[in-house]
Amino acid sequence: MAIISRGFRGRRPEVDPSRLPPGQYVAHDFPVLSAGPTPRIPLDEWTFAITGVIDEPRSWTWEEFNALPSDTVTLDIHCVTKWSKLDTTWTGVSVDTLLDGVETEATHIMASSYGGYTTNLPLADVLGGRAWVATGYENEPLHPEHGGPARLLVPHLYFWKSAKWVRGIELLAQDQRGFWERNGYHDYGDPWREQRYWGD
Amino acid sequence: MDWLAARVISKRDETPRVRSIVFECPMWGGGHMAGQHVDIRLTAEDGYQAQRSYSIASAPEDDHLTLTVERLEDGEVSPYLFDELAPGDELEMRGPIGRHFAWTHETGGPLLMIAGGSGVVPFRAMLRHRETHDVDTPAKLLYSARTVEDVIYREELGRAEDAEGVEVILVLTRAQPEGWRGFGRRVDAEILSEVTWAPAAKPKTYVCGPTGFVESVANCLVDLGHDPASIKTERFGPTG
Repeated sequence: MAIISRGFRGRRPEVDPSRLPPGQYVAHDFPVLSAGPTPRIPLDEWTFAITGVIDEPRSWTWEEFNALPSDTVTLDIHCVTKWSKLDTTWTGVSVDTLLDGVETEATHIMASSYGGYTTNLPLADVLGGRAWVATGYENEPLHPEHGGPARLLVPHLYFWKSAKWVRGIELLAQDQRGFWERNGYHDYGDPWREQRYWGD
Repeated sequence: MDWLAARVISKRDETPRVRSIVFECPMWGGGHMAGQHVDIRLTAEDGYQAQRSYSIASAPEDDHLTLTVERLEDGEVSPYLFDELAPGDELEMRGPIGRHFAWTHETGGPLLMIAGGSGVVPFRAMLRHRETHDVDTPAKLLYSARTVEDVIYREELGRAEDAEGVEVILVLTRAQPEGWRGFGRRVDAEILSEVTWAPAAKPKTYVCGPTGFVESVANCLVDLGHDPASIKTERFGPTG
C-alpha cells in the first residue's frame, strides 16, 4: 500500500500514458549517464567485431560498417534513472544483419565498448528487428556524449543495455554479468516490469 | 528491492535553493556506501506516482539518512520536497543504489572529489565517512559553485578542513566576494593541474555535477594524463 503524499499532485504526462513504463517521466532534453570519461575513438581505428561462440569471427572497419544496409527507426527509449524520451529517430545497422548466416550455440551476448563498459543481454533480445548498432541520431552523426561513433540500441530494455561506444558483441554460451549488472542493476532490465535493480 | 516508509524528522536550509531533509527510516538496514543514491516515490491521492533519484548526503555511520535537494523551477518532484514536505510526513524510499560511484575507507586514495553545484552531495557523505574512520587517506574536494551563497554545506566544509589531510578548494564562477583570493572562473585544465594530484599519484577520482561540467572536467583530466579508468563520473541533467 503506497503512502499518499499530502498535497502532491504531480505533473501528469502529456502523452498517452500507455507509452510510459511505470515510474518513468517524459524528458525533453537528452540526459547523459555514463560511468566515466567519454572515450576518444578515431574513426580510422574504429572496428566492430563479433566474437565468442562463432566459427568465423567477423569484423568491420568504419568504412565497411557504413556500407552495410541500414535502417532509420523512430522509437521510445527508457533510462533507469527515470526519464523516457519518446519518438527518437536513429539510423543504424540491425543486429540481424550483423549476425546474418551465423550459426551459434550462444544463448547470450556481452556487448563491449571502448572505455571498458560491458552489458549482457539474451541473444534473442537483439534479434528479430529489436536491436541495432546505431551511428546516427536525428539524422546527424551520433554525438560522442551519447555514444558516438556507434552505440547499441535495444529500445525495449532500459537504456544502459544500449551500450555507448560499442566495439563488439561476444556470443556467450551462458549468461555473464556486465558492468552495471555487477554493480546493483537488474540482469535483464525490462522497463515495463520495472526491473531496475537486483531483486526487482 | 523493496520500498520502505521514511518519515521526515527535520529540514534545513543549505542555500536559498537547496534544502537538506533528514529522514527516519526504521526498515533501512544501513550499511550504504558513501556516494550511493536512493530512489524516492511520491504518490498523489488518485494513485499517480512519480519517482526520482537522490544522492545520499549522510555517511553510513550517521544516525539518520539525509538527502539534499535542489529546487528546480520546472521540476515535478523537487519543488514538492523543497516547499511542501514537512517534519512528520512520510514518503517511500528504496536503496542504497549504485555500487560504482562509491567510496569506502578501504578504497584508499588519494581521494579526489570534483563537484559542480549540487554534485557536492555525495562528497559530503564521503568526507563524513572518512572522518568517522579517522583514516589518513589524503582527500581533496574541488567544488565549483556560482556564488558564495550557492555553496552547499558551507560551514561544514570549512570545518572539514580541520581534519588532517583534507583540503577543500572552492571555485566561484559567477560572483566572488570582496577580497576573494580563490579561483573565480569555471574549472579548467589550469585549475585542475594546479590543485589536483599528478597522474603519477594515481588518485581515485570522482566527478559529480551537471553533464556539461562533468564532461569538461573528465576530458581535462584525461588530457592531463589521468587514466580514464581511474575517473568515476556521475552526471545529472535538469530532470526535476
